[in-house]
Amino acid sequence: MPDSHHPEKSSESIAPTGSGGAMGLATSEAETLEREPAPGRPRSLWSDAWRDLRRNPVFIISTLIILFLITIAIWPKLIASGNPLACDITKSQDGAAPGHPFGFDIQGCDVYTRTVYGARASVTVGVCATGGAALLGSVLGGLAGYFGGWWDALLSRISDVFFGIPIVLGGLVFLSVVTNTTVWPVIGFIVLLGWPQIGRIARGAVITAKQNDYVQAARALGASGPRILLRHIAPNAIAPVIVVATIALGTYIALEATLSFLGVGLRPPTVSWGIDISSASIQIRNAPHMLLWPAGALSLTVLAFIMLGEAIRDALDPRLR
Amino acid sequence: MGHYVIRRLLQMIPVFIGSTFLIFFMVYALGDPVAALFGDRAPDPAVAAQIRKDLYLDHPLGAQYVHYMSQVFAGNFGTAFNGQAVTALMGSAFPVTLRLTLVAIVFEAVIGIMLGVVSGLRRGRTVDTSVLLLTLIVVSVPTFVSGYVLQYLFGVKWELVNPSVSFAAPIDQLILPGLVLALVSLAYVTRLTRTSIAENARADYVRTAIAKGLPRGRVIRRHLLRNSLIPVVTFIGTDIGALMGGAIVTERIFNIHGVGYQLYQGILRQNSPTVVGFVTILVIVFLMANLLVDLLYALLDPRIRYA
Repeated sequence: MPDSHHPEKSSESIAPTGSGGAMGLATSEAETLEREPAPGRPRSLWSDAWRDLRRNPVFIISTLIILFLITIAIWPKLIASGNPLACDITKSQDGAAPGHPFGFDIQGCDVYTRTVYGARASVTVGVCATGGAALLGSVLGGLAGYFGGWWDALLSRISDVFFGIPIVLGGLVFLSVVTNTTVWPVIGFIVLLGWPQIGRIARGAVITAKQNDYVQAARALGASGPRILLRHIAPNAIAPVIVVATIALGTYIALEATLSFLGVGLRPPTVSWGIDISSASIQIRNAPHMLLWPAGALSLTVLAFIMLGEAIRDALDPRLR
Repeated sequence: MGHYVIRRLLQMIPVFIGSTFLIFFMVYALGDPVAALFGDRAPDPAVAAQIRKDLYLDHPLGAQYVHYMSQVFAGNFGTAFNGQAVTALMGSAFPVTLRLTLVAIVFEAVIGIMLGVVSGLRRGRTVDTSVLLLTLIVVSVPTFVSGYVLQYLFGVKWELVNPSVSFAAPIDQLILPGLVLALVSLAYVTRLTRTSIAENARADYVRTAIAKGLPRGRVIRRHLLRNSLIPVVTFIGTDIGALMGGAIVTERIFNIHGVGYQLYQGILRQNSPTVVGFVTILVIVFLMANLLVDLLYALLDPRIRYA
């Protein structure tokens, strides 16, 4: 029996993302991370992937960017000493000045400080929404794939319903009637419309995994349903979910910014790249710097998560090697 | 084939009901259209009750939905709060968005497939790597950023195009907005084509075609491309619905009075008949596009037969 079927050894490579949800299953066993397989034993999919990833510059760069982002999301004061809400209207739309490398926005706020502080909202929404969507999607999709039957049919129709609604449009309708101005309605909405995508992937992965011989063997040995699902199927079906969730994290951050840009996502005084881009867009002819910095930070963040997801996918997909 | 189409059409019914009911619920149950009608002032209770009665809002939500849908299928989408028939708004908005989507799809299909084929055939070389890098960057830049940047560069700085589209929105003014709308999907099409081409280029039938002495161009066009385009067609087909609904941002940037503009205005002012009506049409477009894609499969791949 090939090594890769043991859940105990299937945890490496995903630890660095640390965004909860789908990764929960795997990170609990992160201690085995550095352990090389004993000589003579076949290497598992995960240790192979980890060996690939460590040498992949794309993986290293994107991980560094993400770690940096998470750090400044938690402790923005490390690199920005100012207050993002302390603005001086007399400096409205001024260019760069000593101590203010990115210049000032319409309200006279320091663009650099606001760009740094904007990371917090984006990372919070991205991580929480992905965690929620991945958890909901993999549980519901996984159960649908495992049990099949009417539950599967029902779930497929439900996800079709959500696929039928364009996501920005749904966000506008849903969030425009919500009066709560915290990040939670935005996160809740993204989870609500995001889980079917991950659920579909999880369902397919579980269907593929449950047809394997070792699942039959486990069943023949008398393993219970939950045990088969958690110990034998889940570790072998989680790879595609992790890939999709990582890429989704990037797109969710972009979605949050888009909704904030349209005026229904996060709202002031929350500091968000989407809000700053929206208010800067009016003055793009006179002061493009107000738009370019938050837009650049946003794009770089999305890029980092998509690059990370693709690096993991390339490492996990043997067909591309 | 006929049976298959009928089965698919039947499968669409629950999806259609689900999607439209979800939107209906959000607009009518979470928001209050009558209060929205009065703006910030508190409405007179008697007047509000009369309006509720006129708009069929004094019934339970399920009954409201059934009533609304029966009206829709009779061709009556109701009246927007400014007194215009919703169908009149649709008549002016949908042709504009349709043109915009058309421009976007052409960009997506032509440039996307071309770049994908070029990089897929040269996997691992400089061209491939740079195309891959370019698509990665394009995917990462949200539409509202790329829209403003391109509008600023082409419309303001270099003055090559008009930064704002006129009310009639002729197709030549929609080229830049169409490109902006297409950008992210264009990158996906490129990557999809590339992967598909690279995978199929190693297939036995391609080797056979080369071995029997066919010219390279013919092998690529007739053998490789036709087999590789199936996932691409799926993507472009399902993208039609997403593009029409996703044009909200693009239409806002370039001031295009299409579906996205009407929806955005409708949602902000809680103009419920407009929102639900437009979304209903969009859901139908989305479902039809998906069906069309499935039927196109048979055309592209003779192995697929719908019994």
